[in-house]
Amino acid sequence: MVDEGLKIELGKQGVFVTTIEELYNWGRRSSIWPMQFGLACCAIEMIATTMARYDLARFGAEVFRPSPRQADMMIISGTVTKKMAPQVVRLYNQMAEPKYVIAMGACAISGGPFKQGYNVLKGIDRYIPVDVHIPGCPPRPEALLHAFITLQKKIDGQHLTGEGRPRFLDANAPGEFPVPVQGEHDLEPAANSLVWPLPAADR
Amino acid sequence: MKSVEEIKSAIEAAVPGAGVEIQANPSVSGQHSLRLAPSHAVQVATFLRDDPELALDFLSNATGIDWPDKELTEKVKVTRTVTKAVDGVEQSVEETVDETRKRVEPGCLEVVYHLFSVAKGHGPVVLRMKTVNRTDQVELPSLTLVWRSAEFQEREIFDLFGVVFTGHPDLRRLLMWDEFKDHPMRRDYVEPDDFEYEPTAHDEVLKRAQEHKNRGQGSGVRDQESAVGAGQ
Repeated sequence: MVDEGLKIELGKQGVFVTTIEELYNWGRRSSIWPMQFGLACCAIEMIATTMARYDLARFGAEVFRPSPRQADMMIISGTVTKKMAPQVVRLYNQMAEPKYVIAMGACAISGGPFKQGYNVLKGIDRYIPVDVHIPGCPPRPEALLHAFITLQKKIDGQHLTGEGRPRFLDANAPGEFPVPVQGEHDLEPAANSLVWPLPAADR
Repeated sequence: MKSVEEIKSAIEAAVPGAGVEIQANPSVSGQHSLRLAPSHAVQVATFLRDDPELALDFLSNATGIDWPDKELTEKVKVTRTVTKAVDGVEQSVEETVDETRKRVEPGCLEVVYHLFSVAKGHGPVVLRMKTVNRTDQVELPSLTLVWRSAEFQEREIFDLFGVVFTGHPDLRRLLMWDEFKDHPMRRDYVEPDDFEYEPTAHDEVLKRAQEHKNRGQGSGVRDQESAVGAGQ
């Protein structure tokens, strides 16, 4: 890590100093292409974010890829029903590493206003790891932009070596998550024990 | 538009032996419904659609109702012969006693259809059909071949209530997946125990949270020690 002041001084002389990690992460975070994936009302807000007034493309989300194979990020926007949940996990598995998930809206975080419903999955983070949660019903486009920038900051802060390195650089970390089976009364298993429950917050 | 009584007479004139009854609606709206017998329901429906005066060509809504079994407690006057001592002599005397009897009135499933006429601009006409019971005799005739809009609605009623529509071209579950076994909109549906941590639980939710804790399946918050490094 280079001292910031030294960097600025050298920069004034025309010398650009950086680390491989910074360059690598800068390249990754500036070009996150989401997948075309909208489930319910939050999808309309996501579409509004990509349109002219709020424009997600200026932050790097240039195109929304229709195929999960070509996408870097999945924005779960809308209520995840138990009927759709295996498909969501399957699509997540089909994405190539490094991949990120933004849970947009109350329904994707915890089931939202429809939590007591018979077909509502109480939060997609029961089955796949979520990087950014956006509260709101629906969250405003500015909130989605804020979440996107938060994700970019998170990617910036990832160290490529050592203990806390991201999943795609760790050979032992799981890349594919088990797809729930639609059983007789509920999805089986009810939650994936690797990702749910979430660890207690540091207070 | 004709009143309910006039519609009933028109039906009975066109479809003899139709078995139509008027179920009065005691509320302010006064929207009385016609209860159909399942045996002649399709013929009555076809008449209602094709009649030039009624022309009820649009089924706007079909919904289901679950009437659960009712336990009734009644006080009945029972006359019994009792041996009692009257004036020191044992005699058989007839006695009238109040007895409390408990009776279970079996429930059923009901389907309600709302019909409108787009051609004439009148409506609604409300039709009702009841099944025999809630357990094994749950068949009703399907009105899909009369009004196409009944197709998905009857599938939904089948999915959520369990009414089997005979004659339906494609009777599958609509909202739940095919392997699902329960009928979620019935009164006795028990939700699966997929507990979610509630920060300010109260009333019903607090009760469920405590039951879940007693079952020992763990709360929604994980200890730091057992946390697996699954994050990025």
